[in-house]
Amino acid sequence: MEKLAPLVVGAPFLVAAVFAISLPLSRRRDDLIAIATASTGVIFVAALLIDVLGRDIPVVTWVGGWQPRDGVALGVSMAFDPLSTSLALLAAVLVCAAFLVAWRYFEIPGPIFHALVLVFGGAMAGFCLSGDLFNLFVFFELMSVAAYALTAYRSEGSGPLQGALTFAVSNTVGAVFILFGIALLYARTGALNLAQIGDYLAHRPADGLVVGAFAFLAIGFMVKAAVVPFHFWLADAYAVAPTPACVIFSGVMSDLGIYAIARVYWTMFDGPLHPHLGELRIVFLGLGSLTAVWGALMCLGQHHVKRLLAFVTISQIGVALIGVGLFTTEGVAAAALLILADGLLRAGLFVVIGAVIHRVGSVNELRLQRLGRALPRPLRVIFLAGALGLAAPPFLGAFAGKLVLEHAAIDVGQGWVIAVFAVATILSAAAVLRAGGRIFLGRGAPSADDPSALNEPDLDSAEAEIEGAPGYTPPVMIVTAGVLVAAGLVVGLVPGLVDGALDAAARFTDRNAYAAAVLHGATESLPDAPSVELGALAVVLSVVSVTAAVAVAAAVLSPRRTGTAIPRTVREPAVRAYWMLRRLHSGQSGDYVAWLSVGAAAFGVLLAVATR
Amino acid sequence: MSAGESAHTPRRPGEISFATRRTLFLVSALVLAGVMVWALGGVPSFGDYHGVYGLVLNHVAVPERHATNVITAVNFDYRGFDTLGEEFILFAAVLGLALILREGRDEEEGPPDDDASGRRVVGASNAVRLITVLLIGPTVVLAGYVIVHGPITPGGGFQGGVIAATALLFVYLGGEYLTLRRVRPLPAVEITKAAGAGAFVLIGAGGLIFGTAFLANFLPLGTAGDVFSAGTMQPLSVAVGLEVTGGFVLILSEFLDQTLVVRRRGGAR
Amino acid sequence: MSFAPYAVAIWIFLVGLYGVVTSRHLMHLVICLSVVQSSTYLLLLGIGYRTDGAASIFVDIPPNTKAVDPVVKALTLTDVVVGAAVTALLLALTVQAKKRFGTLDPDELDPLRD
Repeated sequence: MEKLAPLVVGAPFLVAAVFAISLPLSRRRDDLIAIATASTGVIFVAALLIDVLGRDIPVVTWVGGWQPRDGVALGVSMAFDPLSTSLALLAAVLVCAAFLVAWRYFEIPGPIFHALVLVFGGAMAGFCLSGDLFNLFVFFELMSVAAYALTAYRSEGSGPLQGALTFAVSNTVGAVFILFGIALLYARTGALNLAQIGDYLAHRPADGLVVGAFAFLAIGFMVKAAVVPFHFWLADAYAVAPTPACVIFSGVMSDLGIYAIARVYWTMFDGPLHPHLGELRIVFLGLGSLTAVWGALMCLGQHHVKRLLAFVTISQIGVALIGVGLFTTEGVAAAALLILADGLLRAGLFVVIGAVIHRVGSVNELRLQRLGRALPRPLRVIFLAGALGLAAPPFLGAFAGKLVLEHAAIDVGQGWVIAVFAVATILSAAAVLRAGGRIFLGRGAPSADDPSALNEPDLDSAEAEIEGAPGYTPPVMIVTAGVLVAAGLVVGLVPGLVDGALDAAARFTDRNAYAAAVLHGATESLPDAPSVELGALAVVLSVVSVTAAVAVAAAVLSPRRTGTAIPRTVREPAVRAYWMLRRLHSGQSGDYVAWLSVGAAAFGVLLAVATR
Repeated sequence: MSAGESAHTPRRPGEISFATRRTLFLVSALVLAGVMVWALGGVPSFGDYHGVYGLVLNHVAVPERHATNVITAVNFDYRGFDTLGEEFILFAAVLGLALILREGRDEEEGPPDDDASGRRVVGASNAVRLITVLLIGPTVVLAGYVIVHGPITPGGGFQGGVIAATALLFVYLGGEYLTLRRVRPLPAVEITKAAGAGAFVLIGAGGLIFGTAFLANFLPLGTAGDVFSAGTMQPLSVAVGLEVTGGFVLILSEFLDQTLVVRRRGGAR
Repeated sequence: MSFAPYAVAIWIFLVGLYGVVTSRHLMHLVICLSVVQSSTYLLLLGIGYRTDGAASIFVDIPPNTKAVDPVVKALTLTDVVVGAAVTALLLALTVQAKKRFGTLDPDELDPLRD
């Protein structure tokens, strides 16, 4: 079965190549072929997942049949365990969703869009399942190039050009950092296989090269994941990329950066860096918290709905990084659960936004006030439900991940991250609820009163991506949105998912078992997985955060200017500081790369100090 | 192109100025340089490399794969999966480029740049035309040679494909680009590119069907040094060569179109 | 002397990055980005070099001659193709920028900013 795994990559590529011949097939046939391919992909990855779950060790397949000799890997391996395969499944599902959304949403000349998305999907799957460091890089770059092309999709307007440019420039610099890391590791170990490198490094101390390699790899992946201060490109790119592409970007692409950091650490660096775990924890938790809070704060005054969701994504990436940055099995499990639930929710929210754009043609929340009422009722419910899910209500949505995160944090004495998580989720959920309330329920002060409306550029001219008559919303979009949000909400309720995630994380973090399976085909015993119990505290915290989110949203939307309740001495500097931070997102690639360099330098120094 | 502060949109308070940006960067660059030197200090000194991967491959590639060019063996056999990804990176980039540069709604194709009523486009001098036309043939032959001999001598699909694409540049230099364009081989080029990409996957699948795994080398290996040897490496090299040729020809022709032919509606450039 | 190639790689990386950060012309920016990418070629090839090693092509030399590392060469080849692809895409964006905005200054592109 696992021998067929490379087809997860090969098959979409083949169909994309066929599409690129650009024969004058009908649009509907293109769509059907694309959806069929994507669905087949979902089924196939699901089959792989079932297969993996049934085995005790990571499934390994060598592309080209090159079995390792005496622990030296000659070829490229795909090595996957339940966690990475689940992530691949999420990617496959979102690719399918993207095609469904594009079906009635877009005016597309030719099948180039379909070809690009299929290549993108194949690359993501290959990225998740890969066991080789350079192979990881190749699929990373392929994902990136396809994403740049998709972002520039309608380069007629002004926005897509600038968004695609900063996207491409920032991520290319990130990729160069990754290559530096790969070169360093190859120089030291003479290998490119994750397991083999891990074996070599495990018995030797960590010197400048090892720490430097980890730093550079992490920097590159953090650029992709949009961790602060590498994140500036993301809001611009999401704002201009066509909605079906945003569904994939927000739902899974950014999370893959976090996954890669975890993958790279647990297969290669856990050996040499283990003694420094405490200090590493502080660095990564700090970065994750900074990202979570920054993203949440930037949501608050944001009236461009797609940018709003972009900052929600950044905030949740920060939370996922906190999970991974705890460097424990539970932390990894928490991150996985959060990525799953939040990814589905964000994807669903983007589909609803797509429906709004399709119907009304604007993305400015203030101009959309009340206009959302024209949309079918189910969309209203779906959007608000999704927004609530972001706040991790009891048992729904991100609750499962939150629960595990709380346990993981307390177990290593870093309980303060719980507060960060709470603040970030409350603020981001409140912002989305506010948008939903304004658009769909018509709440909120009339826009003339709001000074920030004066600063909004003319957003509507860029939204020429839609087809079809306004006054009509394609049912397929409603259904897709509904399914995604429902799945995101219900994820926490699936029996055994939390235990399954903990199990999967335990296997993910077991370097010895991974290396043994990859290099020697050996079976080792399954590591013990920690268990996590539901406590009353978790439920109480969850109720509190949901209530707080709704309260904040209501306060912002209420006709009375509740802002005046806060004393001026506090409010004015806060508003000034907020606008200073916001204006850092200047849209200029030079600025973004400058901040990237600052972040890279600081991160390098931090790691050097942490591993002294 | 200088990095001075030009008269520029006045910045609102909070955005960083150009000078600030530059200072931020210079400080970080200094720190980064330090970090990189520290990291690269652990690399074996230049010329002293003993990495096991390379050593093993240098020893086994020729006897086991009958390919004298070990680098091609790495690209198309041992690490063929990487090459699949790399090929599709070019594929996706060309698709994206075509997407970006396709005729916008407010553009049309107009007569070429130098056209003034009745006059032909100023062509190249006769000497240039002669040389470029003479060079086209040998270039294509050289490209074919490099592609097919990938597993044996320096070269391979990528290198040969790029050489083949330069034949188009010779056509342009010789002033015959517009003639070529009227003949419109563009769909053929797109098909070539796509066929090359698809062929790679199909050959890989052949490995699955006839051999042990995806991208396994399942054709007879022949003798090292012969033109037809090394199994699937050669067909893969040809597939990549086709794809790269098609891709680069498309890139070049899109840019040449933009320069020579595409106009805004209403005549202004 | 034995650290020189790596020092040059670091220098090229930082100089290219400086160009990207301070660029006032899109073409200049794209080319500086490809300079940044080329630093990795130098690094990879420098790492794989073996003194007095021949190229890893055994057509007219006996198969067990000391040769340089073939893997870094294959990696560099892949890297070059990736770099070319990204450069092509960015240049297409540059052409569009000139057409749409009439300017090639990256700081003047209509920013979708708040």
